[in-house]
Amino acid sequence: MSSLSIQHLLGLQNVPKEDITLILDSTDSFLEILDRPIKKVPTLQGKTVVNLFFENSTRTRISFELAERRLSADVVNFAAASSSVKKGETLLDTARNIEAMKVDIVVMRHSAAGAGHFLSERCTSKFINAGDGAHEHPTQALLDMCTIRQKHGTLEGLNVSIIGDIAHSRVARSNIYGLLSMGANVAVCGPPSMIPYDLEQLGVRVFSDVDAALDFSDVINVLRIQLERDAGADFPSLREYHNAFGVTRRRLDKLGREITVLHPGPINRGVEIESEVADGPYSVILPQVTNGVAIRMAVLYLIGTRAE
Amino acid sequence: MKILQNIIDEHGFDRMLSRLAHEILERNQGTEDLAIIGVRTRGEFVARRLAERIRDIEGSMPDLGVLDITLYRDDVRQHLRQPEVKSTEITFDIADKHVILVDDVLFTGRTVRAALNALMDIGRTRSIQLVVLVDRGHRELPIRADFIGKNVTTSRGQEIHVRLREVDDHDAIDLVSIED
Repeated sequence: MSSLSIQHLLGLQNVPKEDITLILDSTDSFLEILDRPIKKVPTLQGKTVVNLFFENSTRTRISFELAERRLSADVVNFAAASSSVKKGETLLDTARNIEAMKVDIVVMRHSAAGAGHFLSERCTSKFINAGDGAHEHPTQALLDMCTIRQKHGTLEGLNVSIIGDIAHSRVARSNIYGLLSMGANVAVCGPPSMIPYDLEQLGVRVFSDVDAALDFSDVINVLRIQLERDAGADFPSLREYHNAFGVTRRRLDKLGREITVLHPGPINRGVEIESEVADGPYSVILPQVTNGVAIRMAVLYLIGTRAE
Repeated sequence: MKILQNIIDEHGFDRMLSRLAHEILERNQGTEDLAIIGVRTRGEFVARRLAERIRDIEGSMPDLGVLDITLYRDDVRQHLRQPEVKSTEITFDIADKHVILVDDVLFTGRTVRAALNALMDIGRTRSIQLVVLVDRGHRELPIRADFIGKNVTTSRGQEIHVRLREVDDHDAIDLVSIED
């Protein structure tokens, strides 16, 4: 099979394993392009991609923009802060107007869960979700899976723990769906106030003791405490959070074995993760960023050139 | 699909590769600064065999690489097809090399155009020479091969099928009809 069964990438829930595998398998080719002197191929020449960002983002937007430019697409950036949205225009009107300018692919970030889904049913462009509220962030989960696969060769049977603010995290949700589809054993760990009640029904283990989670894991994905989403209200203080759930060198040393450490960034150093761990030998945080561009190139290629 | 004619059998295939290897060496006067790059999928195996044949004749192995041209194809951009992307494996610097580009069949010339664009993005070669096992005509672009195993006159309703023991259990080149 060399075509995706999905037309848009709105999330990883219900995305077949074959589609995820195809995206991950295609990524090696795009990584090779990033190592060339001329980091550009003509694959999406003549296609127009709009980055529709209703919510602030630096790394995801830059990563998408680099991926689009390296595939030779024409790129338009839209930031809601300086747009007609401020004048009261609805989401659908904004999208329809942009589409009337003959756009092929829309990469969208929005604070409302399901915003991309809503528009994809009403517009003719192809949609890629770059994060919708606390719902999903599929390309982040794909780049996490790609990084884990690079390190371990497979996802099947690996024990992966997601540690931190699970309830506010779209990254956690997409990771859980994707990793479960690919046959990994998934666990979450965090304060009970930050763990959604229904996770165990999905087949996810829940730890409230970080040492037990580390003991279970081959890989940990440490999430940022999202202070901007009022996550601070869910525990007494950052210091207390760090003491109870912070991933520290001392905790990892106690395990006496290697454990792969991921973090989607940006990092709150000294809160959810110690600098010594984030910059340490087990950390794959920077490869995650490189893989992010390659994964987004793969998704844009597979969605953008998919035969109808 | 019907086989109309066996153009090259196993022995003929072997002789053809030997002749091509000698021609490449003669034109380039040895293996110095020579690199052989096969176009995926079948060109990869032909390139490997040519490189080994050259090593057997000359005593030194030229650099060997594999080129995937999927991302350079113009039919992908027109939504005509979506081939699986595979990786390019060129682990040496192609700058200032004489690159021998290898493919199995030369037809419209579009694959070669894509391969030339891809190579130029990877580095500035001193020269690029094209080897094909079969030139079947019907060019749509002004491209010609430097080394040709065999010229075969074909109609549009026919195809050349190159069988290689790496993927098909035996070596052969057949002219087949794709029309009923």
